[in-house]
Amino acid sequence: MITEDRPVSAAQRERIAYRRRQTVRSVLIAAASTGVLGILLVVGVTGSPGWERVRASFLDGAVARDAFPAVLNGLWLNLRLLVFCAVAALALGLLVAVLRTLRGPVFFPVRALATGYTYGFRGMPLIIVIYVLAFGVPGLRLQGTPSVLVLGGAALVITYGAYLAEVFRAGIESVHPSQLAAARSLGLTYRQTMRHVVLPQAVRRVAPPLLNDTVALQKDVGLVSLAGPIDAVRAAQITTAEHANFTPYIVAGVLFVLLAIPLIAVTDWVTLRAARRQTG
Amino acid sequence: MSVLECRGVTKRFGGHTVLNHLDLTVAEHEVVVLIGASGSGKSTLLRCVNLLEGIDDGTIHLDGEHITDPRVNPDRVRQRIGIVFQAYNLFPHMTVLDNITLAPRRVHRRDRAEAEAKALDLLGRVGLADRARSYPDRLSGGQQQRVAIVRALINEPRLMLLDEVTSALDPELVGEVLTMIRDLKATGMTMVLATHEMGFARQVADRVCFLEGGAVLESGPPEQVLGDPVQPRTRQFLRRIIEAGRL
Ligand SMILES: Nc1ncnc2c1ncn2[C@@H]1O[C@H](COP(=O)(O)OP(=O)(O)OP(=O)(O)O)[C@@H](O)[C@H]1O
Ligand SMILES: [Mg+2]
Repeated sequence: MITEDRPVSAAQRERIAYRRRQTVRSVLIAAASTGVLGILLVVGVTGSPGWERVRASFLDGAVARDAFPAVLNGLWLNLRLLVFCAVAALALGLLVAVLRTLRGPVFFPVRALATGYTYGFRGMPLIIVIYVLAFGVPGLRLQGTPSVLVLGGAALVITYGAYLAEVFRAGIESVHPSQLAAARSLGLTYRQTMRHVVLPQAVRRVAPPLLNDTVALQKDVGLVSLAGPIDAVRAAQITTAEHANFTPYIVAGVLFVLLAIPLIAVTDWVTLRAARRQTG
Repeated sequence: MSVLECRGVTKRFGGHTVLNHLDLTVAEHEVVVLIGASGSGKSTLLRCVNLLEGIDDGTIHLDGEHITDPRVNPDRVRQRIGIVFQAYNLFPHMTVLDNITLAPRRVHRRDRAEAEAKALDLLGRVGLADRARSYPDRLSGGQQQRVAIVRALINEPRLMLLDEVTSALDPELVGEVLTMIRDLKATGMTMVLATHEMGFARQVADRVCFLEGGAVLESGPPEQVLGDPVQPRTRQFLRRIIEAGRL
């Protein structure tokens, strides 16, 4: 470690002062241009001929207050569903990705099944999977059929599991073969090599896209309302019908965004950290 | 009894024969240095001995046990052989200490405290005890390579395989790794190493083997093979090395 004890030179002091002046100038310019753009937007929208009618049917304060408790209640269901589905889909995706790496004839059926699954469910629209599971499975009239909510959640897990499996697989393949050789040369078995050497590196590398898919999942959780459960979207739909006013959808939309912000912030932070590790 | 015995080892990649009925015997405590042109199969031979590559003919015995028998569990064989690669291949997501103790803890089932004490002792001997908690990317190339050697050593292998362990290093970092290998020789470790450093081969080798055409063309004490080779091919190879200024 080298300890600095010499005073800062005049040249360096001048550089610091110059940079500070530049920063102040940039901030002022940014503030001015943001203000101008904001005013133009507000004037443009509120000045449009249909503005009054749109405001009455989408931004009605009384309706918003009335709808809020029901929508918030629905959102609680979304949140629980999101946490459960995200954890289950990540586990499923990881499992399928690892199964696809297995070599040897014994594993042929497992590998084929895993590959077929990722192909099939990445192509299949989520809405169709939800309809088929939520309405088709109860139609079988089997004993112990789970609730529509569970079936809708299962549809989300199956569909997202296929996407996440591909993300995990990309991560696994990005780990250089020399890392495998080094681990095996130490006497680690294939399983130990996967568990301690390959997967930790793979997961770290694909953490940003994994989190990004989780953000997408948090929006798609609202689609289970198509099967009947009263989540935030469904609650908004009901109150919209009661008041003949669209404001509840705006309430639900704002709440969804607020719910997503922490997750998006975490994603950005992880992405930034990953990028720093790459260059640093 | 010999520690390593390769008999008629043949290895092909596609139609390209890299090792062609190669014979090599390494006695206990012996240090054998493999030299030969780039592409002559030095790395391939070391990888075959460690069962990282399957062979197409011949047999390899370790301590008298036939290890290329398909019924042998390769994981158990590799536990007895240490290999160090040119590119270190440390695990970037683990600290130096975790890199070194991974195999003792997971393969040899030692408890963490015991494995770490031993790792710290070995690191201390090569002057790296203070880097135990660092990640590999914070270390110089020479330090990383010494960690890689410690990682292979901690399993107390019967045989160490070293593949051009100094080739990726800046000249001023080569010395610290070579010193470590000389110390290792002094402990009586049986080693096979591939190198392009003829000066180093001369210092540590009990025997130098010149690989050519997929087999050991000439083998003997370093003074003889490097100083007064019998085979015209060996002479030609050494002349080229001298011209490149590496002797
Ligand atoms: N996995 C592989 N697939 C195909 N060919 C390979 C493979 N590994 C090595 N070879 C080929 O085998 C030959 C011997 O390679 P090897 O790495 O053993 O040579 P080497 O003596 O170690 O050379 P160097 O001194 O450059 O390290 C080369 O022609 C190389 O292209
Ligand atoms: Mg090589």
